[in-house]
Amino acid sequence: MKLYPRQRHRVLQVITKLIIPFVMLFALYVQFHGDFGPGGGFQAGVIFASAFILHGLIFGLQHTRSVLTPTMLRVSMAVGVLLYLLTGVVSMLRGAEFLNYDVLLHDPIHGQHLGIFAVELGVGITVYAVIVSLFYGFASKR
Amino acid sequence: MIATQLPALQIIIPLFAAPIIVLVRRSELAWIIAVVANLMCVLVAWKLLGLVNEQGIIRYSLGGWAAPTGIEYYVDSVNAPLLLLVAAISAIVLLYAYHSVKKSVDSNKHYLFYAAWMLCLSGLLGMLITGDAFNVFVFLEISSLSTYMLIAFGSDRRALTASFRYLVLGSIGASFILIGIGFLYAATGSLNMLDLAQRIPDASSERAILVAFSFISIGLMIKSAIFPLHAWLANAYHHAPITVTAFLAGTATKVSLYVFLRFLFSVFGTQYNFEYLLFNVILLPAAVLGFLIMSVVAVFQTDLRRMLAYSSVAQIGYIVAGISLATQAGLTAGYVHIINHAMIKTALFMSVGCIIYRLGHAHRPSLDNLIQTMPLTCAAFIISGLSLIGVPLTVGFVSKFTLIGAAMEKGWWMMAALVLVSSVLAIIYIGRVADVMLFRKQRLPNPIPQGRNEAPLSMLVPMYGLIFMSLYLGVYGSKTLAVASEAATQLLGGFR
Repeated sequence: MKLYPRQRHRVLQVITKLIIPFVMLFALYVQFHGDFGPGGGFQAGVIFASAFILHGLIFGLQHTRSVLTPTMLRVSMAVGVLLYLLTGVVSMLRGAEFLNYDVLLHDPIHGQHLGIFAVELGVGITVYAVIVSLFYGFASKR
Repeated sequence: MIATQLPALQIIIPLFAAPIIVLVRRSELAWIIAVVANLMCVLVAWKLLGLVNEQGIIRYSLGGWAAPTGIEYYVDSVNAPLLLLVAAISAIVLLYAYHSVKKSVDSNKHYLFYAAWMLCLSGLLGMLITGDAFNVFVFLEISSLSTYMLIAFGSDRRALTASFRYLVLGSIGASFILIGIGFLYAATGSLNMLDLAQRIPDASSERAILVAFSFISIGLMIKSAIFPLHAWLANAYHHAPITVTAFLAGTATKVSLYVFLRFLFSVFGTQYNFEYLLFNVILLPAAVLGFLIMSVVAVFQTDLRRMLAYSSVAQIGYIVAGISLATQAGLTAGYVHIINHAMIKTALFMSVGCIIYRLGHAHRPSLDNLIQTMPLTCAAFIISGLSLIGVPLTVGFVSKFTLIGAAMEKGWWMMAALVLVSSVLAIIYIGRVADVMLFRKQRLPNPIPQGRNEAPLSMLVPMYGLIFMSLYLGVYGSKTLAVASEAATQLLGGFR
């Protein structure tokens, strides 16, 4: 099944190839800049997923599936949630409440920084995996 | 150190199990992980109940943010017994589930099934344990979304429509709750339940509080399937995998009822103005009509699952009738029936699950003389059925006795009489099944194969465990009554 035969969308394909790395880079910027400015895990996850969705729209679902297999998505979903939970459990092991970032590092400010960073990364990974799975789910059924 | 972390562990353990199950993916291993996590949950709930009895209310600030600002877990004598109940029911049904799920769910989807189960469990436990109004909504969504998924696992294609119908109604309920919480926040500026309870009496706009109250009440009435708003329940219970039905029948509606109780009595307070309107004009007629009409409907059902689903709505009517009395005795009756009905209905659905496991259906008229082939399963159904009717020495008797006593204490003789009428209807619908199972000679063209054909031991043992537990609590009814009476005192006394 070829959704978009290669010959007909040469311009779109070339432009897409150019854009995708920047979309991903911007997603990472939104992810890691989230604790200073607007942004965070959810937004970054959606932007990151949009790179794959664009790829799927232009090159066809099969090609995207071979790049990013459903198994990898399933693993990413679980790993994101686990990262979030583990951050909370580490602070519990250090004697504070669940998700109390104060105790993660030597002083509370750095601890809060690291905690929110790890948690948001977990959110980002899960959100990107879920959004791409939703796209796969809707695009592969008729 | 572990003792102080117990409230968080209660939620984290099942929440942890879900992604690990998704990573592991092998169906046997997924089941083992789910069972181990669930048993740990039961242990934590048991310890929490002990701690609450010892030292009173336990409060736990998530993330170290103190109460009105941050999210707080709040365990007292109202929710601690229910935490244990939900965790235990889930554990028993999960132990029972292995063979039934193996037969009714595609083997490559088992891991998703158990992951959804764990998410559902953590959502339900979260709704019970949290002391934050918005957090209730979040956990409600976690449990509801995983419930829709669990129902859709049903082998029949109609499970999908049942699940979708529940999704639509459940989402309406959840959005009503969210709108209500939004109004509460607008009127008081707080989301913490204790803080809300203090601020509501001097809130600037009484109308906003009234609107919030109405939205939250209707939303929770949908989620707990109180009589006119029960439309989603029968189809969902009928078409879901039977293990899911057994799990949900004992937990989901009960947890929503708990949240309803919490909002009615603890957050809005017993002295609130529109209490009369809600209790006497809306809840009481809904409850009484509910248990009468739904019992009549249950009599005419030919599928056991459907019959028990309508009977569930009727039993929720008893609970709500107890609540609408709004007295110490009435609340005790309602609360004790939350616990007792959870045990009875789960056991009944488990025995129906055994029948479905062997016969592939639960069509009442074709169960002729089932006692010959599945004696233990039939005995389990009949014992639990007697408990549902309210025969002395069973838990059903304990709750009906307290409910009738409470109604008489308030002088509502009519209600006490109607409870008895509804019990007679329960005798009819359970009796019709028992009659077919015990006495009817086989006369259908394709009879049940002769000889013993009992369900596997792994299903019978958890089922009988639950039945013996409920018989024990039926004989020593004062144990649960003491717990319920303490919970009622706590609810009527407001937050302390």
